[in-house]
Amino acid sequence: MLCYLLSRLISLVLSLAVASLVIFAMLEIIPGDPAAVMLGLNAEPEAVAALRTELGLDLPLAQRYAAWVGGMLQGDFGTSYTYRVPVADLISARLGVSLPLTLYAIFLSTALAIPLGVWAASRHGRPADLAIMGVTQLGIAVPNFWFAMILVLIFAIRLGWFASGGFPGWDAGLFAGLKALTLPALALALLQASILARVMRSSLLETLHRDYIRTARAKGLSRSRAILHHAFRNALIPVMTILGMQVSVLIAGAIVVENVFFLPGLGRLIFQAVTQRDLIVVEAVVMLLVFAVVVVNFLVDLAYAVVDPRLRRRA
Amino acid sequence: MRVPAGFLIGAALSALFLLMAMVSFIWTPHDVTVLAVAERMKVPGDGYLLGTDHLGRDILSMLMVGARTSIGVALVAAGIGLAVGVPLGLFAAARRGGWVDEIIMRGNDLVFAFPPLVMAILIAAVFGPSALNAMLAIGVFNIPVFARVARAGAISLWTLDFIMAARVAGKGAARISAEHIFPNIGNLLIVQATIQFSVGIVSEAALSYFGLGAQPPVPSWGRMLADSQTMIGLAPHMALIPGLAIVLMVLGLNLMGDGLRDMLDPRMRRTA
Repeated sequence: MLCYLLSRLISLVLSLAVASLVIFAMLEIIPGDPAAVMLGLNAEPEAVAALRTELGLDLPLAQRYAAWVGGMLQGDFGTSYTYRVPVADLISARLGVSLPLTLYAIFLSTALAIPLGVWAASRHGRPADLAIMGVTQLGIAVPNFWFAMILVLIFAIRLGWFASGGFPGWDAGLFAGLKALTLPALALALLQASILARVMRSSLLETLHRDYIRTARAKGLSRSRAILHHAFRNALIPVMTILGMQVSVLIAGAIVVENVFFLPGLGRLIFQAVTQRDLIVVEAVVMLLVFAVVVVNFLVDLAYAVVDPRLRRRA
Repeated sequence: MRVPAGFLIGAALSALFLLMAMVSFIWTPHDVTVLAVAERMKVPGDGYLLGTDHLGRDILSMLMVGARTSIGVALVAAGIGLAVGVPLGLFAAARRGGWVDEIIMRGNDLVFAFPPLVMAILIAAVFGPSALNAMLAIGVFNIPVFARVARAGAISLWTLDFIMAARVAGKGAARISAEHIFPNIGNLLIVQATIQFSVGIVSEAALSYFGLGAQPPVPSWGRMLADSQTMIGLAPHMALIPGLAIVLMVLGLNLMGDGLRDMLDPRMRRTA
């Protein structure tokens, strides 16, 4: 187990190192000088040069890369060119929206998908199963930003139950905050819920054909008890994998949905930063998103090894 | 072999949109480049089958020309994935377990770690937004998908007797991959290509919704949605119609992909 953990850890660090190189290199070839952009069209060349020195833009490439990575390891992401505040402060403020949104969406999709999937499997081939399969097939085809617009049209404009966008801040209270995140989280959850419900259903159906379920039924257990106490837990393993894999999709989805609902999260931050050529913010946010995906996949791998001892030896 | 009903529905839907895109090259009900402000935001019916947008352009004509953009971008993106990913996957499988295989697979993992939209934002930021860069961004994400499918399919073939026979006959790894492995993973690749095509349609719509895809005045489904957003209360049809087009196209491709998988891979039939 220790050997497996170590090999996964090395691969994690390597992935992050290569990812940081790629991100740094990509933003290096972006045309346009951030210092010139910040000072506007009529800036004096001397002023631009002075700002370049202040921002450290005139240092050699390798030195700037080392300074960037070294800073991040100590929690220093640099200073935003446009906001003139530490990037770490910007990110932590925006995380206060993005993180609850993502968790809310994961909660909603799991809470919807698992009962639906179990229900569909227990009614295999009957109308309820067919209806759930049909709805989830549709749910996979609906783009999240369009679903978000439809939710706004129905629940904000027509019914007036929710605001059509914006975020009051957590100072306005937990309820107000959660309410503002409800439509965005629903828009984000639809795709995940559809995929998870289908995986839950097929995984449970497969488990129900195993011998130990037949044994349990032969002992006199009712079908629902056999499903809940024996099949369900085993059928959850593939569902967990998919949940882990979906994290990167959810993060990308959050960027889209935050923009539709004008939520001040990381997704809006990265968009604004790209249009304003605030490269240091772009670098930091992209690195953070990649870090999140890589770490979640690492944790999923570990969870797997805990559940399935055969995997530990394969490494 | 029984053809699943889902496949037929999916193929019909996909063919409908392909036809719309084709016809738009020679005929559209109205000219999409002409703005007629007096005719703006007309509801469906009334001289315009699907109504008009905020600039008085015919929505049906916009959909037809937009289908061209969507299909073109998704097709090229899937092509990039196939053309780069499959040779990589075949190469990795031929050297399975070696360091080349390891590097290719770790490289794949790395691309997967970048959420696709983030990748597209980066590419658009570096090279500027255009349909071409949307193809590139979606295409790059397709590479590891096809590489994985090709590698997994190829590895299981490499253990089979007919490959052993080819090796005994003196063929090299490259020739075996091209002549024997590749034709035998064709089914897998066709199914995956259908899925990636549908992913491409949604991705293109998302990118052009954000202004990172085809630029005005070229119509695209994503930008039709972006244009409709501020007017959704006044003219809901402007948002509903392009969105439904995306949903039907993607649904069609997904149904077709599922059907193809069931037909081409008998093992999948039981769990489907």
